[in-house]
Amino acid sequence: MNALFYLLAAITICGGLAAVMLKHLVHCALATTVAFAGLALLYLQLDAQFAGFAQILVYIGAVAILIVFAILLTRGADLPKEGVFSSTWFVGLVIAAGVFAVLAWAVLESVRALPQHNAVPAVTVHDIGNALVGRYVLPLEIVALLLTAATIGAVIVAMHEKERPKP
Amino acid sequence: MTTPLAGYLLVAALLFAIGLAGALVRRNAILVLIGIELMLNAANLNLIAFWRYGPHPEFLTGMMFAIFSIAVAAAEAAVGLGLVISIHRHTNTTDLDKMNRMKG
Repeated sequence: MNALFYLLAAITICGGLAAVMLKHLVHCALATTVAFAGLALLYLQLDAQFAGFAQILVYIGAVAILIVFAILLTRGADLPKEGVFSSTWFVGLVIAAGVFAVLAWAVLESVRALPQHNAVPAVTVHDIGNALVGRYVLPLEIVALLLTAATIGAVIVAMHEKERPKP
Repeated sequence: MTTPLAGYLLVAALLFAIGLAGALVRRNAILVLIGIELMLNAANLNLIAFWRYGPHPEFLTGMMFAIFSIAVAAAEAAVGLGLVISIHRHTNTTDLDKMNRMKG
C-alpha cells in the first residue's frame, strides 16, 4: 500500500462523489470523467495495462462524450425548479450506506482469506490477443454482435420519428 | 495495515455505494445512468484486483471478464442514453419523478 494508491483512490472517490452530488449536469459529466481517469490509473497501478488503456478509450473517449451529447440533446443544463434530488433521497442514501457497510464488513472480515500473490504477472498484450482469438473467441464474437445490435438499436430508439397520421 | 487487495476492494465498495446512491437519489435520468456506470466500474476494479493478486494471473480470467464487461457497459450506455433522448422527445422531461406513465 503506497502513497500512489491512496492518491489515485482519493481522485477516483472524489470524482465519483462530485459526479453524484454536483448540481449542474455538465459538471457531473466532467466529474465522471475524472472518476473514470482515476480508475484507469488504478488499473495501470495494478499492472493491467491493456485494461487501463481500454478504460481510457472506451469510457473517457466514448461514454463521457455520449453523456455530454445526451445532456445537450435533453437540455439538461437547465436546473429544475424542484431541486436535483429525488423526493425519496433519504431512503436511497440509507440503502447505499447499508450496502457499503455490508461490503466493507465482508472485505474486512475476510482479509486473511484473500489471496495475496505479490509477483507481478508476466502478461503482455500479445498474450491477451492470443487469448481473445483462442480460448475466448466465442465471447468475443458474441460481444461484437451485441455491440453492433446495441449501436443500431440506440440509433433507432433515438432517431427522430416521423409524424404518424392520427387515426 | 490491510493487504493491497483489501484496499482495492474497499475502494471498489465505496465507489459502488456512491454509484448506487447516485442512481437512487437523483431525479435526472442521465445522472442515474452515470451512477450505473460508476457501479459497473467498481465491479471491474474488483475483477482486475482479484486477477492481479489471485493465484493464476497467466490464465487472464479476471482480465478478460473486465474487458468484456467494459464492452457490455459501452453498449448499455449507448442504449440507455438513446432511451433517455427518446423519452425526452415524447414527454419533454428527464425527471424520473415525472415519468409515471408507460403510454408513449
